[in-house]
Amino acid sequence: MKKSLSLGKLSVTIIGGGLALALLVVALLLLPFLTTRSSIIGLVILTLLYAVMGEAWNILGGYTGQVSLGNAVYFGVGAYTCTVLLLRWNLNPWLGMLIGGALAILCGLIIGVPTFRLKGHYFVTASIVINEVVRVLFTNWDLVGGARGLYVPIQEESFLTFQFHSSKIPYYYIILALFLLVVLVTRLVERGKWGFYFRAIRDDPEAAASLGVNVTRYKHVANAINAFFTALAGTFYAQYVLFLDPASVFSISISVLVLLLPVLGGKGTLWGPILGAFVLIPLSEVTRIYLGGQGRALHLVIYGLLIMIIAVVEPRGLMALVGRLTPRRFRRRG
Amino acid sequence: MVLELDIILQTVIRGLLIGFSYSLIAVGLSLIFGVVDIVNFAHGEFLMIGMYVAFWCYQVLRVDPIYALPICAAAIALLGVGTHKLLVRRILRAPPSIQMFSTFGLMVFLRSMAQFLWTGDFRFIKDSVVKGRLEIFGIFVGLPQLVAAFVAVVTCGLIYWFIEKTDLGRALQAVSEDREAASLMGINCERMYVLAWAIAGASVGLAGASLSTYQYIFPEVGGVYLTICFVVVALSGFGRVAGVLLSGVIVGSVEVLGGLFISPALKYAIVFLLFIGIIVIRPRGLLGKG
Repeated sequence: MKKSLSLGKLSVTIIGGGLALALLVVALLLLPFLTTRSSIIGLVILTLLYAVMGEAWNILGGYTGQVSLGNAVYFGVGAYTCTVLLLRWNLNPWLGMLIGGALAILCGLIIGVPTFRLKGHYFVTASIVINEVVRVLFTNWDLVGGARGLYVPIQEESFLTFQFHSSKIPYYYIILALFLLVVLVTRLVERGKWGFYFRAIRDDPEAAASLGVNVTRYKHVANAINAFFTALAGTFYAQYVLFLDPASVFSISISVLVLLLPVLGGKGTLWGPILGAFVLIPLSEVTRIYLGGQGRALHLVIYGLLIMIIAVVEPRGLMALVGRLTPRRFRRRG
Repeated sequence: MVLELDIILQTVIRGLLIGFSYSLIAVGLSLIFGVVDIVNFAHGEFLMIGMYVAFWCYQVLRVDPIYALPICAAAIALLGVGTHKLLVRRILRAPPSIQMFSTFGLMVFLRSMAQFLWTGDFRFIKDSVVKGRLEIFGIFVGLPQLVAAFVAVVTCGLIYWFIEKTDLGRALQAVSEDREAASLMGINCERMYVLAWAIAGASVGLAGASLSTYQYIFPEVGGVYLTICFVVVALSGFGRVAGVLLSGVIVGSVEVLGGLFISPALKYAIVFLLFIGIIVIRPRGLLGKG
């Protein structure tokens, strides 16, 4: 009872959150048997990709409370590392993926040392600014293609080369596996010792420190998990799109979007980023397809309007809305 | 040697002028942060709309941007007050990430609305009253830049005077320091918020009109200035209006000197790295406490 109180109302979930998760997983596993239309598979791939990044951000921003607007740095590092290693030394992309993840953890450490001392808006501003610095540096770094970007060399399609040209379905299962992995890790973190440290740091850093939690160290731990998974998503993006340039992979809009998903869904919850991704990504894609023609950005007008309405109507995110709409007897405290 | 000194001097002056304009854009962001305790991600879009108002005044009404200064100020002040009444007032008690989320939504909305209404074309005011350049002791100074800097210094000075020397301004300061205590002293916080939004809107509207005499006008133009403004505001310390003029000048000078001595392509990276360096030493900005 004490525990559920400390988690707060946000963790109010529909009865059998585990059951819902199992249903979602089964549905996702079976999806390619229900439809092979590449537009739908592509949309779900994109949604899962962002769900992975939202979950990763959520570890640092949601559970630990360090609201960062610079996650595109890790995404870009993951995308570039794998592609550059493949181009120069013909290194297998799967190895490149792991090296990218390791490099992103290193970058996270370097970024974290000066910025984790900052509070509130100063931290947010610093993370945006670092994102911009990295983008400008890569734009001017000719060794990795500069502003023109890099093309991933086309190889035979197989799981070993991480490239598939005739169908999107293998990509779909890869991103689904990554998604399940990040959900599993989040679950373990949430329930484990680290999760309590993270939430303690978010809720009251001074109190956490006085109880013996090494605040700076656990901010770094949270950021390492965030950086690693965001980088894996970056590698996946590079192998999926087969082209990358600084303007797309280090874009501030990626940093903003991975923040919006958990905030929309309910940050600091397992379901938040998933819910946010499954609402926001299809919404933005569908409005883009139906209203985005003629380059007049009508879909973005609606998108911006919806964001404002959601913020005003339910400031605690969609998870809280789900909780509010569920009859009381079906609720369970997490 | 003489020539080089010339170039350096000219660059420094250019940096100062740009810096003053940065200050004028940033002063509203800082004020809103201080008084209302909100980071307005749509601040760059306020600037963009100010530039468009100046452009349409010029294009349709044949009013020069310089005479359109008060029109732009009034229009964006209205936009600011509208933003407060329709959006910000409703999320004052929401967690900071939701506040960011909603002003980000406003940013997307305003930017795409501009794209929708006025297309993504780059517009330019060709024939403003202020154009060309002046030569003072062999140093060339662009007249539009000079006028924009003049507008910036006068406006920032007025805002500073208003906040420090008038009762209403002191009330604003009181709200920014302690909301609860201020309302106990009989200050109507809601009115102070509206006043802050009006001043912030007017100042960024003036910035838009004065920049429109020499800058391209397009829907994404606000994004170019937003990060710079964050740096200016964070350097002086969020909510500290007095330091904005100084930090704007620092940012402008570092930008042009870095462009001259290191590489024009890296000028923003240099500004941003300097910012990171300063914020590491002083986590609350140059003039912030502690």
